[in-house]
Amino acid sequence: MSILDSHNEDERPLRVQNVPQAALNTHERNRAEAEADKMQNAVDEALAQDASAMADTEGYSLNDDRRVKTLSPTMLVIKRFLRNRVAMVGLFILAFMFLFSFLGGVLSPYGEAQLFYRNDDQNKPFAGVTENTDLRYIEGSANSFPSLARAKFTQALKAGDATFESKGVTYRYESLDEDIYLIYEVQASGPCAVATYETVSNSQSNDKLPFGFQLAILEAQAAKQASFEYEGVTYAIDEHGAVMDASGTEVAYASRYSIRAVMGDVFLSRQFKEELAEAIEAGEKVFTFTDVDGTTADYTITMDTGKAGWTILRSTSTRVFDTYSSPSAEHWLGTDRNGMDMLTRLMYGGRVSLYIGFVVVIIETVIGVILGGISGYCGGWVDNLIMRIVDVFYCIPSMPIIIILGAAMDAMRVDPQVRMLYLMLLLGFLGWAGIARLVRGQILSLREQEFMVAAEATGIRASRRIFKHLIPNVIPQLIVSMTMALGSTIITEATLSFLGLGVKFPFASWGNIINDVNDTFVLTNYWFIWIPAGICLLSTVLAFNLVGDGLRDAFDPKMKR
Amino acid sequence: MRKFIIKRILISVVILIFVAFIIYVLMRCLPTSYLEQIAREKSMQPGSKSYDEWMAQLSATYGMDKGIVPGFFAWCGKAIRGDFGDSWKWTVPVTEKFADSVWISFIMGAISFFFEIIIAIPLGIIAATKQYTKVDYTITIIALACFSFPTFFFASLLKLVFSVHLHWFDLGGLIGRHYEQLDAMGKFLDRANHLVMPIVTLVVISIGALMRYTRTNMLEVLNADYIRTARAKGLSENKVIYHHAFRNTLIPLVTMLGGSLPGLFAGALITETLFSIPGIGFVSYQSMVAGDIPFSMFYLVFMAILTLLGNLISDILYAVVDPRVRIA
Repeated sequence: MSILDSHNEDERPLRVQNVPQAALNTHERNRAEAEADKMQNAVDEALAQDASAMADTEGYSLNDDRRVKTLSPTMLVIKRFLRNRVAMVGLFILAFMFLFSFLGGVLSPYGEAQLFYRNDDQNKPFAGVTENTDLRYIEGSANSFPSLARAKFTQALKAGDATFESKGVTYRYESLDEDIYLIYEVQASGPCAVATYETVSNSQSNDKLPFGFQLAILEAQAAKQASFEYEGVTYAIDEHGAVMDASGTEVAYASRYSIRAVMGDVFLSRQFKEELAEAIEAGEKVFTFTDVDGTTADYTITMDTGKAGWTILRSTSTRVFDTYSSPSAEHWLGTDRNGMDMLTRLMYGGRVSLYIGFVVVIIETVIGVILGGISGYCGGWVDNLIMRIVDVFYCIPSMPIIIILGAAMDAMRVDPQVRMLYLMLLLGFLGWAGIARLVRGQILSLREQEFMVAAEATGIRASRRIFKHLIPNVIPQLIVSMTMALGSTIITEATLSFLGLGVKFPFASWGNIINDVNDTFVLTNYWFIWIPAGICLLSTVLAFNLVGDGLRDAFDPKMKR
Repeated sequence: MRKFIIKRILISVVILIFVAFIIYVLMRCLPTSYLEQIAREKSMQPGSKSYDEWMAQLSATYGMDKGIVPGFFAWCGKAIRGDFGDSWKWTVPVTEKFADSVWISFIMGAISFFFEIIIAIPLGIIAATKQYTKVDYTITIIALACFSFPTFFFASLLKLVFSVHLHWFDLGGLIGRHYEQLDAMGKFLDRANHLVMPIVTLVVISIGALMRYTRTNMLEVLNADYIRTARAKGLSENKVIYHHAFRNTLIPLVTMLGGSLPGLFAGALITETLFSIPGIGFVSYQSMVAGDIPFSMFYLVFMAILTLLGNLISDILYAVVDPRVRIA
């Protein structure tokens, strides 16, 4: 950095000579003039001398353009730092991360622990359909036609016998139609049971219809009557087997298909059953039905060969936590295990990670500077004592200790907020030894320098000498090591959170976001859960290290640049 | 020299006692440990004694009923004779479990230490000799990136690429599924295969610091007057760097590397846990999380001893390597 302007340097002698010459010329021209002019001459001369003097001072003046341009040491450091491109990249990343974490959380439309839901379509068994290929029996009264008798009836039907016997009771039957058989005990006039391929169902509820009514319906259907009378009421019956009362309300219907709802409280309307039967007959796999209330649902029909029937699955949408959803316009980085927005978690996580980093480093620095300063300045037994304490803290394996305490806090179910505070205090308390050593070493060498002798000679207090004259000289190294410590503290915190022993749910931290990767399924399938958090972590720590490195170079006056 | 070493050892012993005491106090003050868990479980059983009674019985059995100070001296007395008690979680003597697991950690540590040295030191030297060139920037950024990589993130990335996608290695563990059916060579290769990813993780994580350290020290040496003299004499650049500069760089390097030798036994807690390698790190992690006081106590003190030993070795090496240093 050349400081004097070379152009000005060249010009200076010229100007200095010019002015007296001009003065001389005036002198010669005025030589032959009258005495009266002498006065004027004298004035001129005086003026000329004045001018020359003026020019002289101008030549050596300290106007801004000639001032020696110097930079304060601080400015030199800043200039060196700004020239370091790698460090500037680090600074840029850091600025971005700070904006991302502290401003991003404010701008994000979602909250840190806001849960999201989605509607999940699930096919649940809804109804079972069986086509009657076997005879079904409707009994007149409970147990009036037991199963042994049913077997005998089938045999008799095949053999063409008119009567059959079971358990000492003789039965006869008469065929009403190909499909309907009325079964009587030999002496009795009324049938004790009906064997049929049709099923008669109640259209209005799941209650069973009385035997007589079912019988009347079947008889009417077999005879292809349009109406019939039962217990004094006239009912109409159409070709589909629907039975209507006088007001036209459907009360029952007969069908070859037996359709049962899986859930007892679900009532299947006749229309549904009819459409379903049609769909099955048409061999369709899917059908859609809109019920009376107007709700439309999709049904899947699956053939069940084992039971010789069909199972109807109804797709119902259930409200579930929107877990591990892929990145979308709504959630740029998807959602996490709990159904929270990943990007927002990442922002809040950054806030926590940076916040913990700063608090821990500040605690470390305060303890380290005070103890290191005292130790370096006092020397003697105080120094010895403090240095042994530093040795002890150096030896304590901090990571295992924090793991043990973390596990203990887990067992005690410490509140996550309080836990975060403990974590910061603990990390700070275990990490000051390095800074104390650094400060002490610096102060030991500074203490011997002349300016400290001068400070001592002025008689100022010891505390003032330490904090006003010694500590500021340690600050360069301190800033560098603090920046580096920030990076490593963030890693430590993230590692603990990753192990599940640091920051806990509901708080987010970059470490506990990556924690999910312990689940191999997440590792394999959901990159968006853990890779962004890892990149945030890596780039922040890297940026702190780059900046720290750049600062170290900038502070070092021996550096070549 | 001998006086110095003896003095250092004595100081180390005093420090160690303090460290052990602090750790002991901490462990005893913990509100919950393996014993509490066991007592809770036992008292849950039908017809069992109450929790307090179980606790008292267990404490008496494991020597936890003494006060903290007498308890500490009792522990010290046994520890000096090499008796660290029985591990609660593993139900074998602590030293036995330790001997089981430490060797795999040591092998891992030693291999990664070797790779760390042969990769980091040459790169550090290249970076220093080509200061402020593109090569230097690249190496610096790589070094800092390695240094900044959180272990677990790097390990997860490795797992994703090499286990999940390429199927080269298993996700974790030390032996594969068919280990028992393999012959001796196969067994060895199986174990080696399982150690690849942990070792790569360890190397990458630790490479950055050593590279930076080498570069800084090399730069310091390169700025020294005798290097200028060597150049002024007209020596070839190779001779200047490898004969004059590098030898002097070795002084801090050997000191530091010597100091980190004991650390090879410490195990890599995080890496081993991530890859489920049953080394000392993983075993002690499980013990610590379970609240196994005898094992944790042993492990923590062991770590403290390793640190002290490392400091001592590096101090001695410093004097040995650098003939200018005379320790009074």
